[in-house]
Amino acid sequence: MIEPRTLLLGALATVCFSLTGYVLVPALGVETTPITLENGRAYPPVLSEQAAQGREVYRDLGCVYCHSQQVRPETFGADLDRGWGRRGSLPVDYVGQQPPLLGTMRTGPDLADIGTRQPSETWHLLHLYDPQLTSPGSNMPPFRFLFDEVEGHDERALTLPEGTVANGVSVVPTARASALVAYLQALQQPPDVTGSSDE
Amino acid sequence: MAELEHAQLLAKLDGSCRRPVLLFLISAVVWLLVGSTLALIASIKLHAPEFLANDAWLTFGRMRTAHLNSVAYGWAAMAAVGVLLWLVPRLTRAPLRGTRLLEGAAWAWNGLVAAGVVAILTGYSTSVEWLEFPLPIAMGLTVCFAVVAGAGLDALHRRQVDHIYVSLWYLTAVMVWFPVLYLTANIGIHGGLLSGVAQAMTNWWFAHNVLGLFVTPIALATLYYVLPKVIGRPIHSYYLSLVGFWALALFYNWAGLHHLVGGPVPMWAVTVGIVASMMMLIPVTTVAFNQHMTMRGHFHLLRSSPSLRFVVFAGMSYAVVSAQGSFEALRGMSEVVHFTQYTVGHAHLGMYGFFSMMMFGGYYFILPRLTGREWPSATLIRVHFWCSAFGIAVYFLALTAGGVQQGLLLLDPGVPFLDVVQATLPWLQARSWAGLALTVAHIAFAISVAQMVLGLAPARGTPTLLAQRVTSQGGAA
Repeated sequence: MIEPRTLLLGALATVCFSLTGYVLVPALGVETTPITLENGRAYPPVLSEQAAQGREVYRDLGCVYCHSQQVRPETFGADLDRGWGRRGSLPVDYVGQQPPLLGTMRTGPDLADIGTRQPSETWHLLHLYDPQLTSPGSNMPPFRFLFDEVEGHDERALTLPEGTVANGVSVVPTARASALVAYLQALQQPPDVTGSSDE
Repeated sequence: MAELEHAQLLAKLDGSCRRPVLLFLISAVVWLLVGSTLALIASIKLHAPEFLANDAWLTFGRMRTAHLNSVAYGWAAMAAVGVLLWLVPRLTRAPLRGTRLLEGAAWAWNGLVAAGVVAILTGYSTSVEWLEFPLPIAMGLTVCFAVVAGAGLDALHRRQVDHIYVSLWYLTAVMVWFPVLYLTANIGIHGGLLSGVAQAMTNWWFAHNVLGLFVTPIALATLYYVLPKVIGRPIHSYYLSLVGFWALALFYNWAGLHHLVGGPVPMWAVTVGIVASMMMLIPVTTVAFNQHMTMRGHFHLLRSSPSLRFVVFAGMSYAVVSAQGSFEALRGMSEVVHFTQYTVGHAHLGMYGFFSMMMFGGYYFILPRLTGREWPSATLIRVHFWCSAFGIAVYFLALTAGGVQQGLLLLDPGVPFLDVVQATLPWLQARSWAGLALTVAHIAFAISVAQMVLGLAPARGTPTLLAQRVTSQGGAA
């Protein structure tokens, strides 16, 4: 006959066992400080203020639910052949990230190295305004609400195909759109990072 | 006389928990309707991206997340707590105490989930899967659950039985597991203690365990209670059910890291995750074997009993989804289906085909005993069952087939990414139709429940059956 106390302690023991393995050990053992590359730079670099704001936009819109940020290693999957990265992602790539936006879905492509693959600010703005302009057939939603429609000419206006908006109206990115693009441009996992401080 | 005493005892036990249990169970149904609506919108957006595209709060990333959290913390958790609070007095023979506090916890729970869903829709989601509610909301939910666990453990302490039945094992363990998981994960992740890869590992330790150590045990407790009650014979092998309990406790805990296969995390952790996932075949086999052997010779009762029909469907889904999950964790399988809709199909077979169907079975058993009413309409129950069963079957098959196709195309770098997207669209459309069927099921269920609690259903007499009950010999009983 088992006593409730045994049961409670047993249940507590099993969960504390895995808590130790999957929470405490990684918390103490996985690297938490940037490394210094051969060229003397710290990696990962600190995001610019604008890119950091863009990361918050990425978080609050839930981009992570369709886009992963983790490149699979050479021997696993076809990420490198697709040009999604220049090497497999490493723990050091995520140092200091809160939260790490690793993602679990690829309804859209991986974005770990999107800043290298697609450096153009214009491309990103057009793509956010209406994905069909740059990627016909995409099922990504348009993010028109990140743009303002203003009367008259504006030098920051997007160059859109005729008829997209009324004549005399310019589509101008909001600060949130610009920040998000700055973040996307900053998403890079350079190939010269080969290991981690632990190795 | 003994029978009368027994009936009086049950009435006293049910009476002690009636108000909080009803509050939790009814709230859960409201959240089920909210969650279904959000789910349908999110699902349609994935194949029709211009649908409701002009406002930030309606964007896919927020709708999908609001759906997950309203069904996970609104529907699933509140239904689970309701069932737990009803089962505990029955299994301990001790009336529930602190019901005023429990009612307060139920109201607070509703307010907190509502606040959390609004936070997600307005851009305050944390974007940490299964932990999207901001920290203060999570802390509030922890306090609410502490009240529930306190009342449950108090009844356990005052138990009037010598023997602790297997359902009570699962429920007792949940009262320990959930607070440890939820507190550790929220404080570690949102409290700024963890970052980078360590945070991702904690995230998946939690997100997998909240299924394995919270909703699964409560569903299994329901199975082990309702099944013998309805068919009138004990569990085939009681010993085996206990083996299943400890195997689940040991292995489920370590399975979560298969969510990071191929990711930038320590190899040992992923390997342990895969091994533990395979070991889950042990507890799952014990449950499946026990259910089948207990049911043997009584399958004809599925024709008549609503509770049994839902519970057995759920038990079968548990076997399928768990076996699928074990193999899905393997590296070769993950290479293809990880990051695809296949995972979404798997998750819904678990949370819906298994867990939600089990809760429905629980409702059909519990509500007549708490409201003193019979289910108002066999037709509504039939609509509920068949739309649910059909809906989840189509949902699962579409996303499973579509996910495998999507995964294989992704592995071929010669296929442009947008062609992969196009290939998934028909499957995503099928999923929206499946979601519509599930929503119809939920509306039928909600109408039945509303009639029960508003006193519009017939007073207790003969149970509402789906078909005339037939004895094993074939005669009408």
